[in-house]
Amino acid sequence: MSELTLTVMRLGFLAVLWLFVIVAVQVIRSDLFGTRVTQRAARRAEDQRSQPRQPARQPSGRRGSGGGRGRNVPTKLVVTEGSLTGTTVALQGQTITLGRAHDSTIVLDDDYASSRHARIYPDRDGQWIVEDLGSTNGTYLERTRLTTPTPIQPGAPIRIGKTVIELRK
Amino acid sequence: MSSNITTNTGSNTTVSPGGLPSRRNTELALLVFAVLIPVFAYANVGLAKDGSLPAGMLGYGLGLGLLAGVAHIVVRRWTPYADPLMLPIATLLNGMGLVLIYRLDLEPLPGGAAAPTQLMWSTLGVGLFVGVLVFLKDHRVLQRYTYISMVTALILLILPVFFPARFGARIWITIPGVGSLQPGEFAKIIIAVFFAGYLMVKRDALALASRRFMGLYLPRGRDLGPILVIWGLSVLILVFETDLGTSLLFFGLFVVMLYVATERTSWIVFGLGLTIVGAVAVASFEPHVQSRVDDWLDPMQAFENGSEQPAQALWAFGSGGTLGSGLGQGFSRLIGFAAKSDYIFATVGEELGLAGVMAFLLLYGLLVERGIRTSLAARDPFGKLLAVGLSAAFGIQVFVVAGGVMGLIPLTGMTMPFLAQGGSSVIANWALVAILLKISDTARRPAPAPAPSPDAEMTQVVRT
Repeated sequence: MSELTLTVMRLGFLAVLWLFVIVAVQVIRSDLFGTRVTQRAARRAEDQRSQPRQPARQPSGRRGSGGGRGRNVPTKLVVTEGSLTGTTVALQGQTITLGRAHDSTIVLDDDYASSRHARIYPDRDGQWIVEDLGSTNGTYLERTRLTTPTPIQPGAPIRIGKTVIELRK
Repeated sequence: MSSNITTNTGSNTTVSPGGLPSRRNTELALLVFAVLIPVFAYANVGLAKDGSLPAGMLGYGLGLGLLAGVAHIVVRRWTPYADPLMLPIATLLNGMGLVLIYRLDLEPLPGGAAAPTQLMWSTLGVGLFVGVLVFLKDHRVLQRYTYISMVTALILLILPVFFPARFGARIWITIPGVGSLQPGEFAKIIIAVFFAGYLMVKRDALALASRRFMGLYLPRGRDLGPILVIWGLSVLILVFETDLGTSLLFFGLFVVMLYVATERTSWIVFGLGLTIVGAVAVASFEPHVQSRVDDWLDPMQAFENGSEQPAQALWAFGSGGTLGSGLGQGFSRLIGFAAKSDYIFATVGEELGLAGVMAFLLLYGLLVERGIRTSLAARDPFGKLLAVGLSAAFGIQVFVVAGGVMGLIPLTGMTMPFLAQGGSSVIANWALVAILLKISDTARRPAPAPAPSPDAEMTQVVRT
């Protein structure tokens, strides 16, 4: 066999081998499109971004509201009854939504809760407010059914369906 | 982390396929390619050695094509959504292994013709591949056998101690009339099943109960228990079987899976530390391991002393250069009796050059990458861990052998997956690829219709 043929075959073989590798990589490349990469951390960052002013404003609100209530500011929300008993959510100025909808902050697995049942949010002074969002069975703060957004005192039970939550310091 | 509900733990990245096509036709095209390349190589060897096309070329090509075809049909029928790359890559590697062994058969090496035997082992391997795809309905079934697989793997690892050592290592068991087996090759799959099942249950305890110290999470003493036990076992393997490869594979696999399960870097640090301590300690008093280390540190001195293989392998890589000498035109027969098994990668280095070595390493890398991609896409934690474990075992094996042949680490008695001569290795690796394909089929299968959203259900009204 002539030297030339063998050289051509040698280089040709390497070329074919590399062609296979390149084709394989192309297959992977086409595989990358059409997939969704979900970063849960990113979603949290978005939550924070959508509420950029409230955390900044909250400390000044606390100061402005005088020393009397300064000690009374709750730092966490605790579920005390229902299937989520024991769950806590830190209160850092964000709005907390409650309901059966998947995008709620606290997703309630409860037939007696509406999909968007209630929300808890800080007002301009940093006072936490609970508001019923037109739910079917209502939201109860202590024993009274809510009709308007109402300030929450730490330790007061809020009942939604079978779930009871409280704000604590 | 503003609204981090404290019960929410686990990984924070999910890759979900957004309506992938099944890619079976891509696989078929690649598979045809993967069969044609070894046939080309076969023709090249024949032309270089005798100046004519080898007589068995047609039969060989048909044989490989038939194996690939059967495997493809089975994949099409039983795992229609499986990854399109794994089967072609495995076929190409196996086919090239057959060509390289055939090529070395033409040299006056001890041991006679090995290519026909290897083709038979490959057939058995594809048979097991088909068997796994057909009979393993769901990889989660393996989860039931977590502790049984632990016992089986330990037995497989311990068995060779009772058989005589060959070439200084006790990694074979001999069955009279059948031949000899390397149980370590099968043990690596079974042990990955055990680790996946065990870590799936224990990972929260291992990940969360820890103290932070100098940027590292220090696990509690009792959580260190399992890793120390596994480490002790792999050191014992090293002492009694004088086999660094199996020991490294076993321990490395555990550390990788522990890291993946817990996301704690400290496990890697501990693992590397323990590996170094164990390897150095054993090498300092075990004569067989010590001689391997001496060969590695100074191959030229070893050449003078009669251990010629490490130096010959380095010379083979060196004389290959960038583009190699061409198939069938090298002198890797000088390596001697292990040229077809442990040192087959040196033949690649000499006859296909750096370009060929890189292509092969990339093929191995792609196979491992597909395994890890499968693990990312898998929906169940057991499947995730098993896919990572199997691909890690495959990758570590390639690293240990290629590193040994190239002189990066001391050489150990392991085989290059799919490429090297050895029945156990080919069969076990086909089974490994089959399990990965099965997991990827489950992972890439379009998600079942979502459960009816609770938003759509009516809220019950409290009657008062």
